Amino acid sequence: MNKTMNIMINGQPFVLSDKHTLLDALSQFGAKEPFAVALNGVFIARSLCADTQLNEGDSLELLSPIQGG
Amino acid sequence: MKDCIDDSFNIYGEQINSRLLIGSALYPSPAIMAESIEASGSQIVTVSLRRQQSAAAGDDFWQLIKDTGLKILPNTAGCHSVKEAVTLAQMCREVFATDWIKLELIGDEYNLQPDPFALLEATKILLAEGFKVLPYCTDDLVLCQRLAQAGCEVLMPWGAPIGTGKGLLNQYNLKTIRERLPELTLIVDAGLGLPSHACQALEMGYDAVLLNSAIAGAGCPVTMSCAFKAAVEAGRFGYLAKAMPEKEVAAPSTPTMGMPFWHQNKI
Repeated sequence: MNKTMNIMINGQPFVLSDKHTLLDALSQFGAKEPFAVALNGVFIARSLCADTQLNEGDSLELLSPIQGG
Repeated sequence: MKDCIDDSFNIYGEQINSRLLIGSALYPSPAIMAESIEASGSQIVTVSLRRQQSAAAGDDFWQLIKDTGLKILPNTAGCHSVKEAVTLAQMCREVFATDWIKLELIGDEYNLQPDPFALLEATKILLAEGFKVLPYCTDDLVLCQRLAQAGCEVLMPWGAPIGTGKGLLNQYNLKTIRERLPELTLIVDAGLGLPSHACQALEMGYDAVLLNSAIAGAGCPVTMSCAFKAAVEAGRFGYLAKAMPEKEVAAPSTPTMGMPFWHQNKI
C-alpha cells in the first residue's frame, strides 16, 4: 500500500498518497467541517470512513451547507 | 381571539407557530438574509448541500444560519433521479442532524416541475429509512393521495413553478387537495410572489407557505419579509373566522330604516 492512487473529488482529479482509506482521502483533501461524503454515488456515514478502502478511479462527493429555498 | 393567538400546526409531531417557512437563498447579502429571516418570524429555514469549495466561502453562511437558532429543513434541490435524491437526503441527515427532508425531485428543466413518479418512489424509500419527508409536489390530487398513503404527514404542493412569482395558478386543484386530505399538514411551496398569494393560501385552509424568491428577490427583502409575515397571519385569521357566503345580489350594509327621501325619485 505505498503507491499513489488517482481518484476524483467533487469532479476534479485528486492524487492520493500512500494511504487509501476514505478517511485518508478526506484528510489529504483538507475537508472542512461540516460535510458529508458519498462514494461513487453512495452515501458513506462518517463513522465508516476509516474502514472504507478506496480503489483507483473512485469518485467522491464532498458536500457542505449552502443556501437553499 | 385566544384560539387565534394560540393557533399552531404540526410537522411530524412538532408544533409550529409561524406559518411562514423561509428559504435562505438569493438574498443580496448575508446580512440582508439574516435580517429578512428574523423579520419573517419564521421558525423553519431551508438550506441545501453542494460541493465543498476550497475557499471557506460557505462558513459564514452556515454560521449565520446556526445563529438564527431556527429549525433546519434541508432540501434535495437539483436532483433528477431517485438515486440522487435519496443519497442527498442521507447526506443532509448527517450534516444537519435532522430527519426532516424537503424532497425535491425535478422532472422537467423548463418549469422545474417535480417528477411525480420518481417523487413517490423516493418518498417510499426515505420513509422506510426513518426520514420525515416533506415532498415538494405538483397540485395533483391523486399524487397527493398516493404520497399520503405512503405515509407522508406533510405535503407541499406548488402554487406555481419555482421562482416565477405567479401565485396560486390552480386554486381549484389546491382547494380540492385541502378538501380531500383534511388531516394532512399542507404547505404551499414555491411560485408565490406577493403577500396576497400567501394570504390566499392560508385563507383556503393551507397550514403554511414556504417561499424564498418572493422575499429575497424583492426590492427591499426585509420589508417584504414583514409583509409576508402579516399576510400569513391575516390569511389564517380569515380562515378561522369563516368568510361570509358569497352572493350574486347586492345587499345593503347600512340600515334602510329611517332613510330620508325614501324612494322619492324612483327610476
